[in-house]
Amino acid sequence: MSTLPQELLYTTTHEWVRIENDIATVGVTEHAQSLLGDLVFVDLPAVKKALEVGDDAAVVESVKAAADVYSPVNGEVIEANTALSDKPELINQDPYGAGWLFKLKMVGELPLSLLSAEDYQTMLDEEQ
Amino acid sequence: MGKRTILYDTHVAMGAKMVDFAGFDMPLHYGSQLEEHHQVRQHAGIFDVSHMVVVDVLGTGARDYLRHLLANDIDKMAHRGSALYSCMLNEQGGVIDDLIVYFIEPQHYRIVLNAGSAQKDLAWMESHVEHFALGLHRRDDLAIIAAQGPQTQALLTNLHDPFITDTIHTIGRFECAYSDNLFIARTGYTGEDGFEIIVPNSEAVALWQRLCAAGFKPCGLGARDTLRLEAGYNLYGQDMDETTSPLCSNLAWTVAFQPEDRLFIGKSALLAEKQQGLNQKMVGLVLLDKGVLRSHQRVLLADGKEGITTSGSFSPTLGQSIALARIPKGDYDHCDVIIRDKPYKAQIVKPPFIPFNSSKKH
Repeated sequence: MSTLPQELLYTTTHEWVRIENDIATVGVTEHAQSLLGDLVFVDLPAVKKALEVGDDAAVVESVKAAADVYSPVNGEVIEANTALSDKPELINQDPYGAGWLFKLKMVGELPLSLLSAEDYQTMLDEEQ
Repeated sequence: MGKRTILYDTHVAMGAKMVDFAGFDMPLHYGSQLEEHHQVRQHAGIFDVSHMVVVDVLGTGARDYLRHLLANDIDKMAHRGSALYSCMLNEQGGVIDDLIVYFIEPQHYRIVLNAGSAQKDLAWMESHVEHFALGLHRRDDLAIIAAQGPQTQALLTNLHDPFITDTIHTIGRFECAYSDNLFIARTGYTGEDGFEIIVPNSEAVALWQRLCAAGFKPCGLGARDTLRLEAGYNLYGQDMDETTSPLCSNLAWTVAFQPEDRLFIGKSALLAEKQQGLNQKMVGLVLLDKGVLRSHQRVLLADGKEGITTSGSFSPTLGQSIALARIPKGDYDHCDVIIRDKPYKAQIVKPPFIPFNSSKKH
């Protein structure tokens, strides 16, 4: 099992979020991509779309299944990773880097539901 | 914990991701489902399909029994060592299962059933034995390995087994041969040339390892599903079941209405269905927009009529999404498929999505 990037926050639904000032970058975790298998399609949110915590934000589809990606924070979409439309496999290859999904300009406080790397790891261990 | 085939430990040791399939813990893939798909289309791969159930039909009544039980006519098999695809129907003409039957000897036929329906199949088969002199023998002592892909013949030759080498260069498509411990049939579920090898459990692991050493790559059920879908093969339980007839499942070609005096189970229902006129048909869909078709999605046609997808996935060979769908009879060339409440354009085609043995034709 690879170690989780410590600087990121996580959700119980296997998204990760990187907070830089008021910008949140969102993706799916290594664990999520490994469960899904080879990704073949990504449906990304439109720029300027307002999202609240828990809203359907994106869909990632593997050969096997489709999975909803929920917004981990409140905010407005400022950028989507358009490179994924031709290369969805970037999510498999580099889930915490080139496989990011979208960026939000955050509104309000960080939700308390976000997990630290340590807590997310504990959750994964318990799922096994 | 699910049931296991004799190759379970071998799969786990080779890094397979195991999932439940029809009550068995089976390999989904050994790393990448897409790579395994391409491996079979371009080179050769092996699949453990030992979860499928082998039944030997033995006795003087075997022929008459099977001509009563199956919608296809086993008399189409002109000689020993032939194979035939058929549906087994209920009285209403619904599909209880699809299967392959092998003609081994006049008093010995072999049937391979789907794992998920084997239990009810056997109950059904037992319930119709009464007037025929025969026995049904379930062969749980046997494993099945499918070797598929354009390089299969060459790689099997590398095993330097005289019986295998001789057989694979002698038998044609839908033919089979057997020795004391091996049964080899030129059949498969991938749309590629290949062989299905039935072997005693006690020898299956050794054979699997020899096949890997000869250059075959192990492939999981994930790739098997995208390969069969591209080839336009139905999956039982998804594309047809006990409520659908073979006539609206693209399987009319497997129903032998002739000779007229052969009264197989379900025949009168199918004849009535034909007389009334079929109102549905099975077609292929190729998604023109980006996205992925899945089963149970609504299909909207230009005249307002509706159909439904039965199987859908991403086609690794085409790089587009494809599906099988059941739609009203009519001349349609395009449709909308509803994915997450939004319409996506798709083209209506006649399966298969790629021609059989496609790599050899270019």
